Amino acid sequence: MDTKYLFKRHNTYWVKVAVPKDLRKELGFDLRTSLHTHELSEAQKLREAVVADFKSQIFAAKENLKDSNGKNSIKTFMPVTDTSDPQYYHKVVDCQYACPAHTPVPEYIRKISQNKYTEAYMINWESNVFPGILGRTCDRPCEPACRRTRTHEKPVAICRLKRVAADFKDDVSDLLPKAPEKSNGKKIALIGGGPASLTVARDLIVMGYECTLFEKDPQAGGLMRTNIPSFRLPVEVLDAEVDQILNMGLKTKFNSEITSLKDFLKEDFDAVFVGTGAPKGKDLNIEGRKEAEANIHIGIDFLTSIAFEHIDSIGKKVIVLGGGNTAMDCCRSSLRLGAEDVKVVVRSPFSQMKASEWEIEDAMEENIPILENHVPKKFIHEAGRLVGMEFQKVEAVFDKKGNRSLVPTSEDPVMLECDDVLVAIGQDNSFEWIERDIGLEFGEWDMPVVNPTTFQSTHPKVFFGGDAAWGPENIIWAAAHGHQAAISIHKFCQNEDINDRPSPGTNLVSQKMGLHEWSYDNDISQAKRFLVPKEDQDTALKSLKIEVEKGFDPSLAMEEAQRCLNCDVQTVFSESLCIECDACVDICPTDCINFMFNGPEDEVRQNTRIPALNIEQDLLISKILPTKRTMIKDEDVCLHCGLCAERCPTGAWDMQTFLYEEAKVYS
Amino acid sequence: MTYIVKPVNHHPNLEKNALGLTRRDYEGTISTLCAGCGHDSISAAVIEACYDLSLASDQIAKLSGIGCSSKSPSYFLNQAHGFNSVHGRMPSVATGANLGNQDLLYLGVSGDGDTAGIGIGQFMHAARRQLNITYIVENNGTYGLTKGQFSATNDQGSKSKYGEENVLAPIDLAAMAIQLGAGFVGRSFSGDKDQLVPLLKAAMKFKGFSLIDIISPCVTFNNHAGSTKSYDHIREHNESVSSLDFVPIGQEIKTSYKEGSIVDVPLHDGAILTLEKLSKKYDPLDKGLAVQSLNEAEKNGKVLTGLLYIDPEVKDHAEILNITDTPLNQFSDQELCPGSDKLEKVNASLN
Repeated sequence: MDTKYLFKRHNTYWVKVAVPKDLRKELGFDLRTSLHTHELSEAQKLREAVVADFKSQIFAAKENLKDSNGKNSIKTFMPVTDTSDPQYYHKVVDCQYACPAHTPVPEYIRKISQNKYTEAYMINWESNVFPGILGRTCDRPCEPACRRTRTHEKPVAICRLKRVAADFKDDVSDLLPKAPEKSNGKKIALIGGGPASLTVARDLIVMGYECTLFEKDPQAGGLMRTNIPSFRLPVEVLDAEVDQILNMGLKTKFNSEITSLKDFLKEDFDAVFVGTGAPKGKDLNIEGRKEAEANIHIGIDFLTSIAFEHIDSIGKKVIVLGGGNTAMDCCRSSLRLGAEDVKVVVRSPFSQMKASEWEIEDAMEENIPILENHVPKKFIHEAGRLVGMEFQKVEAVFDKKGNRSLVPTSEDPVMLECDDVLVAIGQDNSFEWIERDIGLEFGEWDMPVVNPTTFQSTHPKVFFGGDAAWGPENIIWAAAHGHQAAISIHKFCQNEDINDRPSPGTNLVSQKMGLHEWSYDNDISQAKRFLVPKEDQDTALKSLKIEVEKGFDPSLAMEEAQRCLNCDVQTVFSESLCIECDACVDICPTDCINFMFNGPEDEVRQNTRIPALNIEQDLLISKILPTKRTMIKDEDVCLHCGLCAERCPTGAWDMQTFLYEEAKVYS
Repeated sequence: MTYIVKPVNHHPNLEKNALGLTRRDYEGTISTLCAGCGHDSISAAVIEACYDLSLASDQIAKLSGIGCSSKSPSYFLNQAHGFNSVHGRMPSVATGANLGNQDLLYLGVSGDGDTAGIGIGQFMHAARRQLNITYIVENNGTYGLTKGQFSATNDQGSKSKYGEENVLAPIDLAAMAIQLGAGFVGRSFSGDKDQLVPLLKAAMKFKGFSLIDIISPCVTFNNHAGSTKSYDHIREHNESVSSLDFVPIGQEIKTSYKEGSIVDVPLHDGAILTLEKLSKKYDPLDKGLAVQSLNEAEKNGKVLTGLLYIDPEVKDHAEILNITDTPLNQFSDQELCPGSDKLEKVNASLN
């Protein structure tokens, strides 16, 4: 999958081009923009022009810099790396940097390898609030970022190790923070009982706020309860982690749907947080929709009905429309409700399906066929009953601008028999309950205008987070949003400037114990990624409640944890101690370290021992050394094995654990 | 000592040479020398040179004596042949091996104690005989393995780690080798791979006795203020006489030099050594001048480095002694023991 320059944010593809170090003051860390598309292929086509534009901006800035340096001093040098900037070492910890909630991943994986599951759990809980849930359901932005994808092949199974921490932890109730005895008198309303609201509650209750949760369903959890089937996420796991927050002293009003924000704002709350998610499944209005209505269901509503046990059966033949994770959950749920023939039908080619790779694999392992390039044409019904669907076969064609169109082939329409159809073709936000005349502005795609840093809307009292803020995303984003929104709400209630964000907590501790002793395990495991054991398929398919994945047992977890490269154990260089003996250069297994003359970034990147071509990864630049050379380390494929420090006669290299803790309202 | 196992993983873009091998394929076991030892840099330079020349490890024999230096062959080319001999006796073993098989490339690795101390007689005769070997001296001026006594190459007036001054004059192995008739004599510094790697490549391609005396600081016992073989002292007093570029056969000379400062020296197999003279006064083809310059530099406290002397016309021991080209292990019994008829003929010819 060619995703060069691309990254995904809020389900939309963005382009990002890194800015050379000497231009960052002027242009920032990188140049980025949204491509306003959900389709990878489309993004791939659109990116060319944007990348070219960004590169010309960078080139122009570079020329400017040359001019401003005068004609005789055209040569620029890469600036000395400021390692006191928390983001430098943070960026080296690829997984943590990629995690929206910046969970200290290597730190908790180390705890797992020491069998300290409770500590591992609490590290997670601080950052992402729902380790047991996320350990089963997370979208895992950390895994494609894992350094192992560059040095070996497959990333560490970070997500499933998180589950291990949750599975084997002791009772944590005494470790959880409690509300102070006296409240601070401020009242906060949380609308919607999903992960975003629960995170805000968890952070603010500790600060003495009185939080009240309004939920339209009879239980809290939001999409975690309604949209994720229990064969992926057992209800007990969900309840346990939701209850941890409810038990902190959160007031709850279940079965209370808010229908007018205007009226609601008249109530006595100091701030309102909206975490209502993206609760509206898209419908498919084609021929026969009305007539066959009884057997056509919206995917997320179908999953919700299962969760609340409103339905317990489905027809024998089921078609699931759509290629996202909801479609995967729908087809697998149908099998467990007794369907005998379940098919997933997608409009796009298989390779462009939006579902996570592993969720597609799980569906296919249950022998569910996925038909690609089939565009639904009509619902076929006889005597008021759905009997099948007709599809047009298409192929994806791209025009010069990179726009995809699905062009019908000359083949005959395809007719597929079915008793029920589940429509899982996307989700929308639903803000009919927010009046447009209350000073809360709406923008693109009829979404509220929300400040991406403070999560405040244009109505100062109203904050948004989770899917309600920018459309469908994953639980981990909701947790990240919740933490930030809590900070803003606190500052707002205390009349502080909400744009003044607290700095992250950092700590850098040497791991040297003795001449050749290091307090971290620096042996590089050559084991391949371990597979998570699964329930026997015949058993698993019998019930909606039997969890398919059994999770790693402690010994497998230990072996998988050993695969972590400890990227948070940083290679810290002290110029003043270096005698330039080259020992580190000679020993480094991946040729990261160079002693060379400094110069402009592109020149330096070409002249390192092995050209440093991955510009997403920084170079560590030292001050100038006595021989006039500079130590330049390419962070790209450093294994953090510690051999440079081990072979350094003067301790100029040291291995130091860098702990980065994203600021919370209570820290 | 290093207790961490070096990971087998290498950079995904690590290049391969003509044999399809990466630089990592030329490594040995992990070094047990002190962290920061100059010898490890020399091992890395040998690895680099063999990789660059695309040498097959099984065509190389590493020979050494006793000492820190003589341990180091373990740390490179773990697919090559090796013999760790008696203290100072590496040249004898190398001579025997060379007589038995001229096809191998012989890398002799020795130190200042092994060569200038206990083994100096062996060293001198190997040079005098033009033994076909690349003789590397890892010269740190101290007996590191026995806690830092002065060796025979330690400079007069240089101080030990404990403050004691060396009162004896040093042996200059490079000057000695030139005078004994060695055809290729170089001196370098373990901390300068840009100079060392091409020098090693040229020495390995040279047919005859090639000596490279490499100043290699002992971080534990001889890297203090007052030592003349410390990293700092060598960097301050290093005077490079030439910059060297080794051009294998069939390759174009690409580097551009200032006009008039270039000497091209053809080697036996047609490869070319391109020398850029950094000093107008110096000529590496002039034996007398080489010795004289070394003496002067010593007086001035300078360390001359680079290719100090080369005689491309020199004949190696095999040519001088007219030894058979075929390795002995490739002869059949019939050839090695041709029978009494042949013996009688030989005897008759002596009458």
